[in-house]
Amino acid sequence: MGRIGETFKRLRNQGKKALITYIMAGDPDLSATEALISTIEQAGGDILELGVPFSDPVADGPAIQRASERALQSKTTLRKVLALVKKARKDGAAIPVIIMTYYNIIFQYGIARFSKDAASSGVDGAIIPDLPPEEAADFIKYARSSGLDTIFLLAPTSTGERIKRIASSSTGFIYYVSMTGITGARLRNLSEIREKIPGIRQHTDLPVAVGFGISNEDDAKRIAKWADGVIIGSALVKLIEANRGRRLLLPKVAGFIRAMKGAIG
Amino acid sequence: MLPDSSGHFGIYGGKFVPETLMPALAELEEVYSKAKADPSFKEEFEYYLTKYVGRPTPLYFAGRLTKHLKGARIYLKREDLCHTGAHKINNTIGQAILTKRMGKHRVIAETGAGQHGVATATVAAMFGLECEIYMGTEDMARQSLNVFRMKLLGARVTPVDHGSRTLKDAINEAMRDWTTHVRTTHYVLGSVLGAHPYPMMVRDFQSVIGREARGQIFEAEGRLPDCLVACVGGGSNAIGLFYPFMDDPGVRMVGVEAGGLGIRTGRHAARFATGSAGIFQGTKTYLLQDRDGQVMVTHSVSAGLDYSAVGPEHSYYKDLKRVDYTYVTDKEALKAFSLLSEIEGIMPALESAHAIAYTMKLAPSLPGDRVIIVNLSGRGDKDVQHVSEIIGDR
Repeated sequence: MGRIGETFKRLRNQGKKALITYIMAGDPDLSATEALISTIEQAGGDILELGVPFSDPVADGPAIQRASERALQSKTTLRKVLALVKKARKDGAAIPVIIMTYYNIIFQYGIARFSKDAASSGVDGAIIPDLPPEEAADFIKYARSSGLDTIFLLAPTSTGERIKRIASSSTGFIYYVSMTGITGARLRNLSEIREKIPGIRQHTDLPVAVGFGISNEDDAKRIAKWADGVIIGSALVKLIEANRGRRLLLPKVAGFIRAMKGAIG
Repeated sequence: MLPDSSGHFGIYGGKFVPETLMPALAELEEVYSKAKADPSFKEEFEYYLTKYVGRPTPLYFAGRLTKHLKGARIYLKREDLCHTGAHKINNTIGQAILTKRMGKHRVIAETGAGQHGVATATVAAMFGLECEIYMGTEDMARQSLNVFRMKLLGARVTPVDHGSRTLKDAINEAMRDWTTHVRTTHYVLGSVLGAHPYPMMVRDFQSVIGREARGQIFEAEGRLPDCLVACVGGGSNAIGLFYPFMDDPGVRMVGVEAGGLGIRTGRHAARFATGSAGIFQGTKTYLLQDRDGQVMVTHSVSAGLDYSAVGPEHSYYKDLKRVDYTYVTDKEALKAFSLLSEIEGIMPALESAHAIAYTMKLAPSLPGDRVIIVNLSGRGDKDVQHVSEIIGDR
């Protein structure tokens, strides 16, 4: 079991839920990202998703689109992000780190090479929103052999058959997309999440984390009752956007993480 | 038969979309395969192609152009005479019928030159569907006439003002809309692009072009053509013409991409000239990208060819060398636009003018007993204002 599995296990034993946070690497630059990683870990973030920018992020809403543009402006590449993780690990970062990016970025880097380099840099898993299990045979093969977790997404529209297939392709946890929509959209119907999670658990013992559109403590608290983890992306990315380049950035992020962690328990 | 059951053309194609859309693709695949086997679907499709679109379109012998170029005999497949002025409507009729069969009431589409947007807005009006069209703001500026046409047809035109503000960004935005409204909305993708089953389905709908042309050339010349020429943006008019000739090894096929300001300037959309395999907007195909996998911004005088990727089936034919791909520059296309207008009285769309421009090079190199069919995929009325701004009033 890797860092991700161990984190969920530890939290489960403590009766707690995982706070999974997403930030875009290189937004606004990689040295800010380095500081943010340690701030998030110290403030109580349990797992970190590190976005690698892509020119055409079809699954993302405006907040993460803008973050991608800033990260591309600062010339952020997958190679540099892996080097950053390696450095953070050397400096003592223990938080599980997941690379989240679009498939073409990994495809151009090379799937085998990515799996090897990511694992040796201290990355624990990968989430690729535009890579369904049907197309992921190579990715799964190389990730498994390097010990990287392959986290696939489930959506409200996924059928029972797809839930089965995605559950059997996933390791680490399952990422349940809270709604039909893009990242950062407004979450309207929480009861659909509550109804869907038992159907997922029928097919898997993996932890189920819920993301997309979770922006406040109330929603996070309610979702944490049903899920094993809550994923916060756009809300944090917006906070970083509003405070980038300011001395208040890290304290604000730390306060936000503490509040969210407090809410989900 | 290609694609295979999982939507691959050799190593290209496939389904690379967020999970939310995977069940919608499966539904579309199922509804389409049932429709294909259902004679009443074929009947309805053909009814609208005949009575509404005005098919069959003529295969016109361009006598003056042939004489002017002093070489092979040139026939034009007159898709410009379709209702709405381009081949795009062949596909939107088919997809609108499928939308009804899926019980969906809203359609969305992307558009570059505006022809696909107009064709979608048109069938939405005719079938009583709600319609929203995504269009890059740069394209809206150079195709303002089509923007107004779509609005007149009752569609909402939503400007896309990020990225390169052209076709690729319009597709991103349409995919985001589809992800959000997938339960009620069908995405009428306008070319042989995107995830399976789109490349196959759009090809099938557009193949009416080649089937007609095949019969018509036998009637006119009593034999198969020597060469087919079509412009390639996403590649739907080209596949539509080429596909019914695939099993005729003597028929050469040439796809003409947008060379923009020239390959060396980097400002072009010639994916096969300098691109490489990548995954983009739902499919694996040739793509203009940098070494990190970021998609590059393209340039063409023609909005409909100004796109970073190309249909996956074309990538397959490229590697197989079944189809030759080449390019012509903005300048050559504009010259072809003027020439065809002046000596045949036919104003081609700037997209189709690329195919004419290549024909101007090809025809003189062939003897007079050879036969070329050029797909005149659309008419140029929409481009008149844009062209006048470039070449001025002569």
